Amino acid sequence: MIFIIGILFMCATYLILSKSLLRIIIGTGLLSHGVHLLLLTMGGLKKGAAPLLGQHAESYTDPLPQALILTAIVISFGVTSFLLVLAYRTYQELGTDNMEKLRGKKYE
Amino acid sequence: MSNLILFPILIPLLTGIILIFFYKKIILQRIFSLISIGVSIIVTLKIIDTIKTEGIQTVNLSNWDAPFGITIVSDMFSALLVLTTNIIAFACLIFSFKGLERERENYFFYAIVQFLLVGVIGAFSTGDIFNLFVFFEVMLMASYVLLVIGNTKNQLRETVKYIIVNVVASALFVIAVAYIYSVVGSLNMASISERISEVDSYGILTVIAVLFLIVFGLKGAIFPLFFWLPGSYNAAPIPILALFGALLTKVGVYSITRVYSLFFYNDPYVFSLLSILAIVTIILGAIGSLAYNDVKKIIIYNIVTAIGVILFGFSTLNADSFTGSIFYLLHDMIIKGALFLLIGVMIYITGTSNLKYMSGLMKQYPLLAWAFLIAAVSLAGIPPLSGFVGKLLIIQGGFEESNYIGSFIVVLSSLLVLLSVIKIFVKGFWGEESENVTKKPIKTLLFPCYLLVVLSVLIGIGSEVLIPYVSLAAENLLQPENYIHAVLKE
Repeated sequence: MIFIIGILFMCATYLILSKSLLRIIIGTGLLSHGVHLLLLTMGGLKKGAAPLLGQHAESYTDPLPQALILTAIVISFGVTSFLLVLAYRTYQELGTDNMEKLRGKKYE
Repeated sequence: MSNLILFPILIPLLTGIILIFFYKKIILQRIFSLISIGVSIIVTLKIIDTIKTEGIQTVNLSNWDAPFGITIVSDMFSALLVLTTNIIAFACLIFSFKGLERERENYFFYAIVQFLLVGVIGAFSTGDIFNLFVFFEVMLMASYVLLVIGNTKNQLRETVKYIIVNVVASALFVIAVAYIYSVVGSLNMASISERISEVDSYGILTVIAVLFLIVFGLKGAIFPLFFWLPGSYNAAPIPILALFGALLTKVGVYSITRVYSLFFYNDPYVFSLLSILAIVTIILGAIGSLAYNDVKKIIIYNIVTAIGVILFGFSTLNADSFTGSIFYLLHDMIIKGALFLLIGVMIYITGTSNLKYMSGLMKQYPLLAWAFLIAAVSLAGIPPLSGFVGKLLIIQGGFEESNYIGSFIVVLSSLLVLLSVIKIFVKGFWGEESENVTKKPIKTLLFPCYLLVVLSVLIGIGSEVLIPYVSLAAENLLQPENYIHAVLKE
């Protein structure tokens, strides 16, 4: 699991550092996946019954990381979709998706 | 336990939702959002009064007991910040009635401002570290929309960068939360604070502390991480810029203060790191504000300096400097709001933000000039105005801990700040009247500026009245036991 997270982070960093806007967005997506997996691992992958009353099990799974991941997924989904729309509008208005050309005027 | 402290979050949330339904009726939206913020201010005053008499107020959502459910906590520090936030939002809204273009107003501007308030106020009053993340995202989402509203090329370009920076910061925030959950096994801030002193391995705690510093530092624009701020803020139209400059960075500062005072209070390494970063932030902010000829940029760099001063006071870790920092934080929110609105009026009159092309405003607009002068000297901290008390206490605290270099730099920075804003005054208001000075009715625009400037003067003169509240807030920050006790009810 840790290796997968590491690889995801590596790819995400590489993509975010690239010039094309679309690649950067994919990079942020990968980054958030990596983070969610990290959240799951950090909670400790305990095996056990569902954390419900009346299960009478020896051990229970910790439900909190899942709840956190769910929240984080929803948020990152919203942000990514907004970012995609914004990138499209930027492309329409400015005619480029190259970050080098999006630097802005030097002396404003 | 009373539900009163939920109202500052719920009122703007409901208002925002209702406003979406009336998105075509601008006048109705204006009146409705003003009323809603007015009610929020009254409620917050009531909360402050309750905290003063009864101590820290908490609400456990859905009646889950403290370490398990989400707790909303309101102590003096957060209540004072919520009050200031509402006042600034009130002033910015009045300003935007006239100062914002109609096509921007049409696209849900008022609703989004309410959602921004939900995020900011929620971040100030939550007692759960993951909930803090959620409110951060609410605030950021609203700020993305506000930054891009109007669709100019410059805005689109800067918003893309702003979002990418913040998405990465959010990812780091979740990583920090994940680490702290794995080490401590709780997300409630009070319960983390209680258990963190039992953790043996200092190494991982320092890593978490630095991660939090990076995350909140990106939001709050401290030294290595403020690179995005001048570009992004410069793109926004003035009322939105005033809201951002007065509120968003301060949320970052608040979070650093809250998290560090609760979690890492016995880790001297992170505090000395914070102190060094704060000093470098002050220096770079001051250099930036002197280097530009653009009024927007000058004030934006002054935000950076102020952040440095507040964090320096906080990193000194004693009662005086804490009181000073909180006082300066409140002062800075108000005065930055006022300054941004005032330069907004100047830009409205001349149609440019470049100081080279504006001069001689004094002749036609004397009141604007005097308001600006008062705001400027108040920012620099000349007695008896509001900046003085905060800076005095911060420097006093610095000397008590014999941090002479830092205190000296804070004093020096006031001079540089004064120089940078007086430059605007001298070039913009004095001299021959340039031809782009037009005659425009600015009464409605000036009203919110007066409101904030007068408030700042009152804070300065009436600091005797305010100090007990502020020092109560500082006391609670210095003694996390109070906070833990109030939340966990042991």
